[in-house]
Amino acid sequence: MSRPLQVKHLHTDVLIVGGGTAGCYAALTISRNSDASVLVAEKANIKRSGCLAAGVNAINAYIVKGRKPQDYVDYATKDAAGIVRNDLLLTAAEEFNEVTADMEKLGLVILKDENGDYVARGNRNIKINGENFKPLLADAVYKSENVDVLNYVNITDLLTENGKVYGAVGFSIMEETAYVIHAKAVLIATGGAAGLYKPNNPGFSRHKMWYPPFNTGAGYAMGIRSGAEMTTFEMRFIALRCKDTIAPTGTIAQGVQAKQVNSKGEVYEHIYGLTTSQRVYGTVKENQLGHGPCYLKTSGITSEQDQDLLKAYLNMAPSQTLKWIESGRMPSEQDVEIQGTEPYIVGGHTASGFWVDTRRETTIHGLYAAGDVAGGCPQKYVTGALAEGKIASLAIIEQLKDDHSEETSEIEKQAQTILADYEKIRNGENGLFTIDELEEAMQKVMDEYAGGIASNYQFNEKQLNLAEEKITRLSELADQVGAEDMHELLFAYELKERLLVCQVLIEHLKNRKETRWHSFNENLDHPETDQNFEKYVNSRMEDGKIHILFRDLVKGDTYEHTNS
Amino acid sequence: MSIRIREDRCVGCGKCQEVCPGTLIQIKDKKAVMKYPKNCWGCVSCVKECKTGAIEFYLGADIGGMGGTMNVTQKGDLLNWNITRSDGSELVISVDRRNSNKY
Repeated sequence: MSRPLQVKHLHTDVLIVGGGTAGCYAALTISRNSDASVLVAEKANIKRSGCLAAGVNAINAYIVKGRKPQDYVDYATKDAAGIVRNDLLLTAAEEFNEVTADMEKLGLVILKDENGDYVARGNRNIKINGENFKPLLADAVYKSENVDVLNYVNITDLLTENGKVYGAVGFSIMEETAYVIHAKAVLIATGGAAGLYKPNNPGFSRHKMWYPPFNTGAGYAMGIRSGAEMTTFEMRFIALRCKDTIAPTGTIAQGVQAKQVNSKGEVYEHIYGLTTSQRVYGTVKENQLGHGPCYLKTSGITSEQDQDLLKAYLNMAPSQTLKWIESGRMPSEQDVEIQGTEPYIVGGHTASGFWVDTRRETTIHGLYAAGDVAGGCPQKYVTGALAEGKIASLAIIEQLKDDHSEETSEIEKQAQTILADYEKIRNGENGLFTIDELEEAMQKVMDEYAGGIASNYQFNEKQLNLAEEKITRLSELADQVGAEDMHELLFAYELKERLLVCQVLIEHLKNRKETRWHSFNENLDHPETDQNFEKYVNSRMEDGKIHILFRDLVKGDTYEHTNS
Repeated sequence: MSIRIREDRCVGCGKCQEVCPGTLIQIKDKKAVMKYPKNCWGCVSCVKECKTGAIEFYLGADIGGMGGTMNVTQKGDLLNWNITRSDGSELVISVDRRNSNKY
């Protein structure tokens, strides 16, 4: 028996779960606009945690000169074939430029022309040096009044009663301490989910993936368990990346205007279309036709462009620079091979995530969501995470003005149940299988039966049924794992989170009986787009069962929850 | 693993342990140790934090690594990326934090 965890009770007005881009900017916004106390709980350290650890290559959601927010809404709507929330896209787009200007004040370097205007990179993008984006944001958070940062604390469960949130429970990764945090409002900003599917490099470099392997779907999982409504998980995101290093391709495509070509040197992108999913699909198809490998055609660029690419990648994905140098051939001398990644659930790129109202409140009162964990607002990227952190924070400040709800003894009971779960895992005889083995098994099932790389992202209903059956079994096995230390307790929870997200994802895939986005949702039983599915596929867990509900598209500028 | 920590250069300051977004590094007997090698994302946050250049980044053989390594030393706003190829030849690429990406 291990010694029971020391339990600390903390009280705050606002708890922010996850100190990435959205969470940090939310903390900053609340501090600037109110006297409310804020606690940021982060499982690593806010200096480099979240998506921007290595840096970011550009601001890809910006309203450039001559454009307006509605243009952005139109673009994202078309790219997602209509399954978006107009109100969420518009309110985010209206903030893009203001949050960018604020980041510049915090020290972000942005390229300007001789008139002092930002230099555009394409229709919606501006050029930056994003290497230290996250440290700049973290510094600002540490300087903010009334904000406390709790690094190395992993939140696992929300405390809710009668559809209202009262706080959350978590544990330290460094010390044998558990935390029961009482809060009037909670903002979930934990990011999306990676590691559900077998990755491109499943061996030694298994974590050399596009999305942070530490984003395990914790926010989705705690929301699902508490009965929060989720939307559009079936719109998976698959990134088109430089082969092996999984480094971004946009910098090359937009920076030196490199086209996608097959091994015969033929430009193929126009055959399949230019939306985000079509670019992935085209590459898959060309490989299936025997025309692979596929490349971004960089051969023939100038040596000056070579040098600029080497530096640009050092600021966001240094492995690609090292790869060029190790190979002894610069991009001007060899085309860059590209491949699709394994699928992820990530609301910054597609529309998957919490179902929120225009203010970013979820279907649980007092619980808000921002950034990759929030659904309905695809292609919002980094500025969208900042924008949503701000929008949610302003709504939280309004809520706090007349919040008189008191927690009951039920909340303490819930907290005790969660703490008992921690002790059960800590004292668990490790079952026959390790956490790593079960994770590998989960990724194999998803890969083979739920449209992973092995099946060219395609699936049919029979395969999904098998995936469901196997993931359910693995979830039962995951309940038997034990943890020798606090870090293993974290790994145990990450496995459970991923398995739950997989279950919900499979239900969503089963219920969109059409193919609206190639590769992202390629249903071989229903290979065409069906206008009857111009709806959101949403889900909610009740009594341990996942219920699917179809909702009509929201076209207006605002949306309020009506039946929750 | 995509980092190697050189024990002879490590002073056990703990900066790498603090910053790793996966909390994968631990300090044992006043030296940093990569506790979970296969869990490294390759973000190089630790490499940038290390003041003594003790942490070297490399590519796994499964993703085309050929034995070259890279670390970073900082001078004011200059990030000097020191690259050592497998044949021992060296290359330094300096990136000025005050300059934006051109792409």
